[in-house]
Amino acid sequence: MLSDFFAFLNDNLLKMVWLQDLVNKLLLDVFKIDQTTYFYSSLSFFLFDIIKIFILLSVLIYISSYIQARFTPERTRQILSRFKGVTGNIFGALLGTITPFCSCSSIPIFIGFTQAGLPVGVTFSFLISSPLVDLASVIMLATFFGWNVALIYVFVGLIIAVIGGTLIDKFHMEKYVEGFVVAPNNSKLDDIAIEEHIPSRKERHIFATQQLKDIIKRVWIYILIGVAIGATIHGYIPQDFIEKVLGDRNPFSVLLATLVGVPMYADIFGTLPIAEALISKGVGIGTVLAFMMAVTALSLPSIILLRRVVKPKLLGMFIAIVVVGIIITGYLFNIFGYLL
Amino acid sequence: MEIKVLGGGCSKCQLLEKHVRMALEELGLKEEVILIKDYKDIAAHGVMLTPAVIVNGEKGVMGRVATVKEITALLSRHIEKQADN
Repeated sequence: MLSDFFAFLNDNLLKMVWLQDLVNKLLLDVFKIDQTTYFYSSLSFFLFDIIKIFILLSVLIYISSYIQARFTPERTRQILSRFKGVTGNIFGALLGTITPFCSCSSIPIFIGFTQAGLPVGVTFSFLISSPLVDLASVIMLATFFGWNVALIYVFVGLIIAVIGGTLIDKFHMEKYVEGFVVAPNNSKLDDIAIEEHIPSRKERHIFATQQLKDIIKRVWIYILIGVAIGATIHGYIPQDFIEKVLGDRNPFSVLLATLVGVPMYADIFGTLPIAEALISKGVGIGTVLAFMMAVTALSLPSIILLRRVVKPKLLGMFIAIVVVGIIITGYLFNIFGYLL
Repeated sequence: MEIKVLGGGCSKCQLLEKHVRMALEELGLKEEVILIKDYKDIAAHGVMLTPAVIVNGEKGVMGRVATVKEITALLSRHIEKQADN
């Protein structure tokens, strides 16, 4: 009984089965489009995905921003200063998932954390997990691929962030932070006054609405492009061609997907429809996840920003760790994906 | 009154600056708005989330664009404070 109830919620609220039915009915009965054509399957995919993504995105961003408004970087920094070693990295990665900030704040946060005496590796754990795993995108992932894939995605994302940060500490990369970032008087966190400001409900509402407008304004074009590409793949590109390039039998598929994804600057929301279409064409789940992680974790603009505060050697190591982590994840998922 | 707008020059920061100027106009003030764009200086103010507004050293809203209403309230509070002294 109870499981039936949850299946009902999952189908209707997250997967939006009713919407798919509605779109198909509209195409078949009102526009009289032949169900067997490529045009039909592309158009149905396009309309359904566009509407679904925008509904989900709006609701999810509002809710997650409302929750996140309570977690300020000041608080995060204070919590992190209590932990030593790998525990610090683990908490860095975890807090990265709930502390909200736009990419233009990553530099002040990096400086703020470093000057407070936090290990550089902990800050990197935070910076790696932050774009990779966030509340809204995980729920989106679940609606497209189910909760198993979403939870494993979160787990793997956190692991990459923890290992990445730990390695950066182990190799003593802190000497490759630009000089001006490190506090001159070796200040410790105790010296920095913490002004706790707990946002009121109204402030959280303003924050959440602004985030919503902001993110939609920033990503709608990527979503449109993503869905268009997804629809084209879905309807027009032959399955055997895609299987040849990105299928499991091509040993370079994960590598290719990662390298294409890294310089791309888009949100996970824009890549989901492409991922969905690729999976329906028989591409391995590992290859698809590698592509999505590469797009979200690294992008040219964020790398250029980060270069301002860290020297090339540390920057290179950061990129290498993330890329290798994603590639390993991809191959592991392709090998063990059938267990899901 | 010393009014500072902090942010690396992204579109949100420009919007905040506009809101501050609108708030000043509403109150009939002719104060100068100091823009702080260098990340080094932003960090030196102890700010980790941009855009942010600081009035007479007091941090206003951080990490999002404050509404004109919020800024007007912040500025009025500081005017009252100055009048008290």
